[in-house]
Amino acid sequence: MSEVILPTSEVIFTLDGVTVTAQSGQTVMEAAEAVGIYIPRLCHKEGLEPYGSCRVCTVTVNGRPASACTTPVADGIAVESESDQIRAWRRTVIEMLFVEGNHFCMFCEKSGNCELQALGYRMGIVAPRLPYLWPKRPVDASHPDVLIDHNRCILCARCVRTSRDVDGKQAFAFVGRGSRRHLAVNPGSRLCDTKLDVTDAAVDACPVGAILRKRRGFETPIGRRLYDHVPIGTGVEQPVELTIREGSPS
Amino acid sequence: MCEALGRAVREVCGALDNDPTRMVDIVRGVQQKMGCVNEEAIDAIAHWTGAQRVEVASVVDFYSFFSREKQGKVVIRLCDDIIDRFSGFAAVREAFESELGITLGQTTPDGLITLDRTPCIGMCDQAPAALINDVPVTHLSTDKARRIVRELRTHGDPKKLVKRVGDGNNAHPLIHSMVENNVRLEGPVIFTPERRGEAITKALAMTPAEVIRAIKTSRLRGRGGAGFPVGMKWEFARAARGERKLIFCNADEGEPGTFKDRVILTERADRVFAGMTIAAYAVGAREGIMYLRGEYAYLLAFLEAVLERRRKDGLLGHNIMGRHGFDFDVRIQLGAGSYVCGEETSLLSSCEGRPGEPKTRPPFPVQKGYLGCPSVVNNVETLACVTKILEEGAASFAAYGTQASSGTKLLSISGDCMRPGIYEVPMGIALREVLDLCGADEPSAVQIGGPSGRMVVAPDDFDRTICFDDLATGGAVMVFGPERDLLDVVAAFMDFFVEESCGYCTPCRVGNVLLRERLEVIRQGRGEPSDLKYLEELGAMIKATSRCGLGQMSPNPITTTLKSFRSIYEARVSPGAHGFRRSFDLEEAVAQAERIAGHESVHRQEVTHE
Repeated sequence: MSEVILPTSEVIFTLDGVTVTAQSGQTVMEAAEAVGIYIPRLCHKEGLEPYGSCRVCTVTVNGRPASACTTPVADGIAVESESDQIRAWRRTVIEMLFVEGNHFCMFCEKSGNCELQALGYRMGIVAPRLPYLWPKRPVDASHPDVLIDHNRCILCARCVRTSRDVDGKQAFAFVGRGSRRHLAVNPGSRLCDTKLDVTDAAVDACPVGAILRKRRGFETPIGRRLYDHVPIGTGVEQPVELTIREGSPS
Repeated sequence: MCEALGRAVREVCGALDNDPTRMVDIVRGVQQKMGCVNEEAIDAIAHWTGAQRVEVASVVDFYSFFSREKQGKVVIRLCDDIIDRFSGFAAVREAFESELGITLGQTTPDGLITLDRTPCIGMCDQAPAALINDVPVTHLSTDKARRIVRELRTHGDPKKLVKRVGDGNNAHPLIHSMVENNVRLEGPVIFTPERRGEAITKALAMTPAEVIRAIKTSRLRGRGGAGFPVGMKWEFARAARGERKLIFCNADEGEPGTFKDRVILTERADRVFAGMTIAAYAVGAREGIMYLRGEYAYLLAFLEAVLERRRKDGLLGHNIMGRHGFDFDVRIQLGAGSYVCGEETSLLSSCEGRPGEPKTRPPFPVQKGYLGCPSVVNNVETLACVTKILEEGAASFAAYGTQASSGTKLLSISGDCMRPGIYEVPMGIALREVLDLCGADEPSAVQIGGPSGRMVVAPDDFDRTICFDDLATGGAVMVFGPERDLLDVVAAFMDFFVEESCGYCTPCRVGNVLLRERLEVIRQGRGEPSDLKYLEELGAMIKATSRCGLGQMSPNPITTTLKSFRSIYEARVSPGAHGFRRSFDLEEAVAQAERIAGHESVHRQEVTHE
């Protein structure tokens, strides 16, 4: 992220009043993560180029709002992450994503492994205060092994970046402006026209149930999924065993 | 594939060296030749440029002047901003619709004429207006609308609609437009007669560092609205590492109510290009791009001729003014109907041949901008000021205006006043004085800075001043008289932001739709007092968390009027009876359920049969 490509040097800044030592060139999110502080995020995924679109990781840097995933650390900056104000902003972003699409967790194969749902739980969202927009969106089941349910797409671009930068295929991109922005496939108009393969990293990049492998429903039973017992972010905050032992209550 | 299409795409791509960074021009060329850019055209463009198919599609779908569906040979775009709406937009629209026998968004069955609408085209001082292909038509009336349609049916040539040309260079054969400049007050900076080559000569007599120092001494700040110190921006770009550096002129004047750059480009284009050349010398750039909004395409041939003349005069090209090694040239990039492209990083994305999405900052454009190269983006008026500063000296420029806001400012004034048009006033002028100048006898509200600015109250705020420390503005001043419903204004502005959001980040893409939804509930008289708090909180959240200036400003129409005109909201909200939500329409909800069920509800049968 940083313009200067020099040997890394130490940078000291504060995060919610705690002094953090980081390496120059790290983003605020990376630096926080390195010291076990979790900043909620959706569009960011380790290993991908930061994108800064979801705004869940909004923090303030010297009082000014910024996305932690794209902001480089700098000596002496004061970062706030867990103030009431910032938590309220993040909750609203999550609620916006819920009402913008059609998210029916109880019917969704991703439930329990879904980062949007998990963030909803972590932030204590019981029901959105915002009105549902009920968009009409299609499902693309043309591919033999993978399907896209656009109803659940949150436009995070993880599949776009993974397919382009990891798989080297550019199977996905966005088209349309504003509220008409949506995920498109490349080339052609249906997923089966693309070079996407079921083993592609892009298939696993989706944080929600928009891109799913076919014929894998309930491979992991409800109750043993990633966020069924521990909130999202726990892995960062304290390295704990995430796998749920046999016989644990569900 | 249809042979004509294949040939057209091959020609258009070939003329631009099959260069994918010229995608906006390529798509524009195909759109002009074929009337649309359909799936086949997208495939063919991808083939010739080596771009991914979806990269082409994303450009086609982003810009509102491009369309996948076939459009008529003539496209009429009615200017739909609040000033035009208050000047008779609805009647003009109806006249066009009835004369054409189609409704907005449709094309006549013979494929000749498409009728559409578009946000502000920069003609608020001569509203209602429209673009017919590239040709602006102004002062529309219902009669004029009918006459235009009848004429187009006989000759099909929008250029022939121009019977009387406007003043100044609007009469130049390469512009030949009915547009009027309406320059009401000429100040000492922008509109002084130019002395060709003088500013560049004076710049070349200094070192680049001295030129930057002169600009710093003048305290010139960016005229687009944000007010970033120009000398500092140039200094960053000069210090940035990179062989290739570029100077951009932001002529994407899209803020509704703004039209000053149109007049500068019409009358003082040389001052702007001279400013770019001086910036190039100071920064060490060899390339310049002027990003001209698509709505001003009628100025393109004229501006190209100005550039060509400057090349012949040795003011552009190799060894400018005889200075060995000082090479600089400018090309003009046309936009295609997208407001966000006026945001500097979106402008750069658009010049790269991509959708006009803002880039992640940092790195800033002066570090890594266009194709990763250090890039300076300056507004049209800013560059015109630069030329003046070099001609007359920094001190003489800084003598105008105030300490923090030096120089003069061009205002584009429209709405309920006697003399709408362009005024060059000293920075720091009181709003009251501006309103006197333009003959606004009875203003009840004034919108400063367009939709992303703020609405101020009569007469409490009229002693406030126009400058960066008080009422900062890119130049738009819209005057609203007492008969106007200010919530109509707010609603039009929110429609605008919903339409122009790029959709990249969540708060701007979703939040503005939600703000507009609740505003509509209130306008329909179904709002509750708690809705005002909802709008305030949501607005504050969108401002804080959006990724670029568009999103950060987009709630302003609502948040500023909730502060200054709260009573107009309060008059339309009331608590729901028995704690029920007033926005919930029981009748409609039952009717909806009945439609799904396919029969009347038992409740309704009982009521009807009683």
